[in-house]
Amino acid sequence: MKGGVFRIYTIGYLLFLYAPVVLLPIFAFNDGTVIAFPLQGFTTRWFTQMWSEPGLWPALKNSLIIAVSTAILSTVLGVLAARASTRYRFPGKAPVMGLIMLPLVLPEIIVAVSLLVVLLGIGIPLSIFTVILGHVLMTTPFAIAILTSAFQGLDRSLEEAAYDLGETPVSAFRLVILPLVMPGIISSMLISFTLSLDEFIIAFFLGGTQVTLPVYIFSQFRFPASVPVIMALGTILVALSVLLLTVAEYYRRRGIAKSGGKDTGGFL
Amino acid sequence: MIPKSPISDKPMIEFRDVHKWYGDYHALRGISATIREGEFFSLLGPSGCGKTTLLRTIAGFEGISEGVVLVDGRDMADVPANKRPTNMVFQSYAIFPHLTVAENVAFGLRRQRLPKADLAQRVEEALTMVGLKGYGARAAHALSGGQRQRVALARALILKPKVLLLDEPLSALDKKMREQMQVELIRLQRQVGITFVLVTHDQEEALVMSDRIAVMFEGEIAQLSDAETLYRRPNSRRVAEFIGTMNFLPAEVVSETEHAVEVEAQGFGRLTVTPDQVADDADTGTAVGFRPEILTLLYEGQTAADREVSATVEEVVYYGDMTYYDVRIDGTEKPIRLSARNVFGRPVFDLGMRVRVGWSPGALILFR
Repeated sequence: MKGGVFRIYTIGYLLFLYAPVVLLPIFAFNDGTVIAFPLQGFTTRWFTQMWSEPGLWPALKNSLIIAVSTAILSTVLGVLAARASTRYRFPGKAPVMGLIMLPLVLPEIIVAVSLLVVLLGIGIPLSIFTVILGHVLMTTPFAIAILTSAFQGLDRSLEEAAYDLGETPVSAFRLVILPLVMPGIISSMLISFTLSLDEFIIAFFLGGTQVTLPVYIFSQFRFPASVPVIMALGTILVALSVLLLTVAEYYRRRGIAKSGGKDTGGFL
Repeated sequence: MIPKSPISDKPMIEFRDVHKWYGDYHALRGISATIREGEFFSLLGPSGCGKTTLLRTIAGFEGISEGVVLVDGRDMADVPANKRPTNMVFQSYAIFPHLTVAENVAFGLRRQRLPKADLAQRVEEALTMVGLKGYGARAAHALSGGQRQRVALARALILKPKVLLLDEPLSALDKKMREQMQVELIRLQRQVGITFVLVTHDQEEALVMSDRIAVMFEGEIAQLSDAETLYRRPNSRRVAEFIGTMNFLPAEVVSETEHAVEVEAQGFGRLTVTPDQVADDADTGTAVGFRPEILTLLYEGQTAADREVSATVEEVVYYGDMTYYDVRIDGTEKPIRLSARNVFGRPVFDLGMRVRVGWSPGALILFR
């Protein structure tokens, strides 16, 4: 009896989570401009039409530049913070780490508005660069969380063993630490990339005249005729996100297995 | 087994009044000691006594607050860990999990840029030495504990260090493997002839393997001597109780001359010891101490070589080859532990039996 209740709850929960996402590919292949049942028949013309959208390509290019830059920057910052937090003890460490992780729970709209006020206040023109800045702020806590777990799994003696065998601190880091945390670094880059690619609010506020993919998608909803094309684009983005997250999780787990650590939970 | 070559008098490691502070915590409190070339030396003590810290000052992982550490006559103050003529086997072994066994062993030779064939040969030699011939291509993370230990040894010894440092190297192994590795380590040390410095909290391990042992408590060396002296002539009750079992009976000094100390000991009565049997230990009251095996339980018809007292058996613990008895000597308050080798044809004594115990003043230690 009890099992039945939980089963229904689980099914309901999963439906609530994923039914809207499943609608995306359904209407992307629906042969009709109105997003409503009954379905009109199967077509792939929304996907072909997508290729000839004039605004899409600059938006995609902007998004890729932003996402790649964000992934690299936040991962570099993440490596530094994760190393500091797992390796050293310093006064005020707990509050400092807490403050770094805070953007995880701050309402994004607040962050975006505050950043906008600050940037305008000091006279930095809005551009791709300001979006990257905002995205790094949002994704660095994720990078730190992933990388901290990678650095935590490392036996501290490994580094000492490398010194002991004649390596300098720099070469020890390169030869021993880096290869062992590499899965974490890849995983952090993929997740930061995905988060940045999907991000709307900061890109909308801080992008100025530069449009990213999510901002472009939002603007297209004003034209009913282009909604099926957006559905097609959305389908591709969802597929890509799932793929990237899966790859990221694969690397994270491989990293844990490699350093002989215990899995303490991840994103998937 | 390769016989032990005589240890030279040449000092390999010297500590001169070494102090180490961690903030307010005084971890090393004036260590002065000399470890000789070719010696198997152990730092023995309970956890937190500073033995690992002392070992790490030799390796260069730990700076010192005061004093001097010399390795092979050279002051190590400005020599970083990667430039010291020492190599270490870590407690966790610290095998690089992303490399193969051969890559691990060859790691320290990387900077020497040897021709490939030479490198392969030296790696194979090192692996053969530790009994892992042919394991080179294996992934390091797939090895067992004992195998990791051997890889760690090969990786350190391939560099031909002047000193090999071992930080509790056997603590992660099960009992049987530990005993096997103890013998291996002794063999290896005799084979390569370099100075080994071992850190351990296991007194048996230290006694089995070492030429000399430094017993440490609270950042100080309490006693530094060979295993037998440590066992037979501990210089304090604390050392005596840390190394094996020692019984104590309260005593009082009656008279003292240059050649003899006359003592009235509970249970044993009036006895005389020589000055070399006296350990000056101001921390505790006067007592005579003795190991469990120096007392003899006498069977009917047996006579004591020296003197005997009567006692009651209060506990019997049978170990197959040995039996441990707790017996209370007449006129004493607490039972003492004694051990007897079980001999075929002679029964084990029973609980509550009255027994005669043979003893000799020459095997006692007077702590005062």
